[in-house]
Amino acid sequence: MIDVLIIGGGIAGIETACSLQDLGYETVIVEKERTIGGHLNNWDTLFPTHRPASEVLEYYTEETRKRALTIYLNTYVTSIIKLDDGTFEVNTSRDVIFHSKTVVIASGYSLFNAERKEEYGYKIYDNVLTSADLEKKLKTLNGEFKTPTDKVPEKIAFIHCVGSRDEKSGNHYCSKLCCVTAVKQAIHMKQICPQADIFCCYMDLRMYGPGFEEMYREAQEKYHIQFIRGRLSEVGENADGTLQLKVEDTLAARPSKIKVDMLVLMVGMESPQSTALFKETCGLQCAPNRFIQPNDHHIGSNKTNIDGLFTAGTSIGPMSIFDTINHAKASAITIKNYLSRN
Amino acid sequence: MENYFILPFTLGMITLFVILFIKYGLWIARLSHIDKLRIIQCIFTRRTWDAIVESVMEGLLHRSIFKRNPLLGYMHMSLAFGWFLLIVVGHIEGFLCYGTFANAPWIPIFFQYFVHYQFPGERIMTNLMDFLLLFILSGVLLAYFKRLNSKIFGIKKTTKLKPFDKMAMIALWFIFPLRLFAESATAALYGNGGFLTNSVANLFILIHVTPTMESILWWAYSISLGLFFVGMPFSRYMHILTEVLFIFLRHYGIKLKKQFNSYSRIQVYSCSRCGVCIDVCQMHVANISNNQSVYILKNIRDQNLTDRKLYNCLLCGRCEQVCPVKINLNDLRISQRIRATKEYNSDYAFLQSLPNETPTTGKQPEVIYFAGCMTHMTPGIKKSIVKVLDKANVNYIFMDKEKGACCGRPLMLAGQYEAAKKLIDFNRKKILESGAPVLLVSCPICYKVFRDDYELGQITIKHHSEYFLELVEQGRISLKKSNSSIVYHDPCELGRGCNVYEQPRELLKKTGTLLSAKQEKVMSLCCSGSLGDLSLSMPDRNVIKAETLKVLLQKNPDVLATACPLCKKTFVKGVNIQVKDIAEIVANAME
Repeated sequence: MIDVLIIGGGIAGIETACSLQDLGYETVIVEKERTIGGHLNNWDTLFPTHRPASEVLEYYTEETRKRALTIYLNTYVTSIIKLDDGTFEVNTSRDVIFHSKTVVIASGYSLFNAERKEEYGYKIYDNVLTSADLEKKLKTLNGEFKTPTDKVPEKIAFIHCVGSRDEKSGNHYCSKLCCVTAVKQAIHMKQICPQADIFCCYMDLRMYGPGFEEMYREAQEKYHIQFIRGRLSEVGENADGTLQLKVEDTLAARPSKIKVDMLVLMVGMESPQSTALFKETCGLQCAPNRFIQPNDHHIGSNKTNIDGLFTAGTSIGPMSIFDTINHAKASAITIKNYLSRN
Repeated sequence: MENYFILPFTLGMITLFVILFIKYGLWIARLSHIDKLRIIQCIFTRRTWDAIVESVMEGLLHRSIFKRNPLLGYMHMSLAFGWFLLIVVGHIEGFLCYGTFANAPWIPIFFQYFVHYQFPGERIMTNLMDFLLLFILSGVLLAYFKRLNSKIFGIKKTTKLKPFDKMAMIALWFIFPLRLFAESATAALYGNGGFLTNSVANLFILIHVTPTMESILWWAYSISLGLFFVGMPFSRYMHILTEVLFIFLRHYGIKLKKQFNSYSRIQVYSCSRCGVCIDVCQMHVANISNNQSVYILKNIRDQNLTDRKLYNCLLCGRCEQVCPVKINLNDLRISQRIRATKEYNSDYAFLQSLPNETPTTGKQPEVIYFAGCMTHMTPGIKKSIVKVLDKANVNYIFMDKEKGACCGRPLMLAGQYEAAKKLIDFNRKKILESGAPVLLVSCPICYKVFRDDYELGQITIKHHSEYFLELVEQGRISLKKSNSSIVYHDPCELGRGCNVYEQPRELLKKTGTLLSAKQEKVMSLCCSGSLGDLSLSMPDRNVIKAETLKVLLQKNPDVLATACPLCKKTFVKGVNIQVKDIAEIVANAME
């Protein structure tokens, strides 16, 4: 019987495991991919400091190594069953059944599939990327930045709220981080392509965190990025591969057309399919946005409706990396209290 | 005098005829001049005969209701056809007895009371009349049950009644039982009954029926008839005769106009409130049960239609398909929207900024292609259309490739008729100037408005599923069959709206294995994305969509195919399987 089984080896899962190990508990991490680190593996730099994501990843790799954490890679959970004695039986894809006193769901999020927003032309037009595609491209950038059709971009547009705050795409909620990510990416693009004109089409800019508003101001004043308040309605492709955007500028109260070389869609965060599976196998309660419903928004955000089943990180909703780390630490303390009580 | 009891009946009937004469007279007088000419021209043609046949089949026999719901059909038929025969046979009885058809109108109605003596064929006639009465009474019995528990009839909900409806309904409920009792009382006293009335008369003899009791029963019968006649023009039973008028006018080729007029009113009053439309409405899935067509027509009559109800309708047309009276429910609702809406205050100045010339291809074009807003919003479809046209070497004009105006259908659905007309005029000119013999559309929403409101003369309008099938048949493109299974969703505007059901299926059969769905073709379900509904919330739409998907995906197909960009967009966020427009499937299957 292990003390804590952690589902997910991203930042949230590792931080929870490290903190619990330091408190003297035996933990096991189950990760579906072949490496730990989750989405961070695919990210180039982090807001608001533009620090390379690899630094954070290296830090956690080192912490994991130091503590010799038990991690099952390439393994995904197929069901969580709460037994009569209050412990958990967790079945996995590998014929390994774990028995554990507590379980932490740190399974994170999945990105909105931009193909569902067909009018934006993702996977139809070559020069339409998602924010995640751009990060991957930047991470492996070698030499000059070029668009997918091999052109040095002169005009780039970022579209906010793709699959967020959009009932028609099935997601009514705000993904919270895309705004600041767009600003970060826009600045980055301006830095590596100084000749390019950069546009951001937004509904609101939600610069909620420390340093975010400053970044936004810098983007306008220093980098001359143009912010257009209005949603993109549709995208067309020209013969030369450039894209024709139809946008309404709601501040100027007129429709406008922008021709760009590359379009970046700021895709939102969605609850991963695994959450729906957990909901089915152990009666986990989910919020209307399909993320896990915390037992108490204010004083029990790590708890779920099931005693002994905890959450860490974005499994309860969109969160930045620093919020995720704090949430994971809080999860460790909550679990410690639970285990010492029982 | 003891015969005074005929007065309630006679006065009721006179009142009814006067009211009907005035009402129908005014309605017909208010029809447009052209419609009146139409009636005069058609009156001595085959159309009148067809109308008579339909009046018998629908007005009396209620064939359509029968097909959908035999029990409900029997109820309507026994009342309508039974009563009709009772009157006809009553007159024959009068003829046999008095040797003439020119009897006072109350004679056939109260025949048993007046005639106690023998006349030729008396036995047969009396028994026949008894049989008809029994036939009607069985329907009345069903009507009682329907009021008590509509579920017996498989109806989720029956319509609500207002005072005149109640009065007429209760009077109707009493007419035939009272007739039975009155005739039986007479039979008890004079022995002139048939198999039914004599049986009841035997019971009456036991309680020593007197002439006073007999008289009271005949009075009651007459009063219930009178009340029914007076209540009828103000109640839902107005449909009995109005439906016949409507059938005739429909056969004479009179069409519903955009503006609500007296023909619209005749349609409204033709509704029998049978409730068949309630059952097929998908809004029930989202627990919306106050906006179905029968309620809207009732609200129009009662002049208490709210915008909330008027605009909360997908305009999918399923109710129109099943309406036994064939009322143009969608167009009636749209005409109410035109009436209710404030005209959108736009001069559409942007139309002036659009390129004025129609693009040309240098030589005589085969086709002018209009993609429309929704196809531009689904670039996958647009790309596929262009790919197929290029592959088949079609010489075409892409009318709205760069800039274009909306087809006008969304405005039309919202009741913005004048605004829509501005767009229609703009597009119409361009289409006519192009010189192309075929207008190709890839959106059924556009197709519908082009077909109904554009008046394009010689130009044939084709949906891409129709056009692509022609290209295949002409050998201009050839398709390779894969082994994927496909289920096809009929878009409302293409199927029920424009009657295109087979061409998309023919095409799909050439590219894969076509599966059937439980509710398809004329009864296919709406995807819930309809532009016709201006107030349905997104969660409610999602509930309706989930139900539609359940039906479509029952056989676990590999691909969900549709032929409307809006249906595609609506479905794509609800399923994990591929959702494809027929254009994309064809483009992929081309060799």
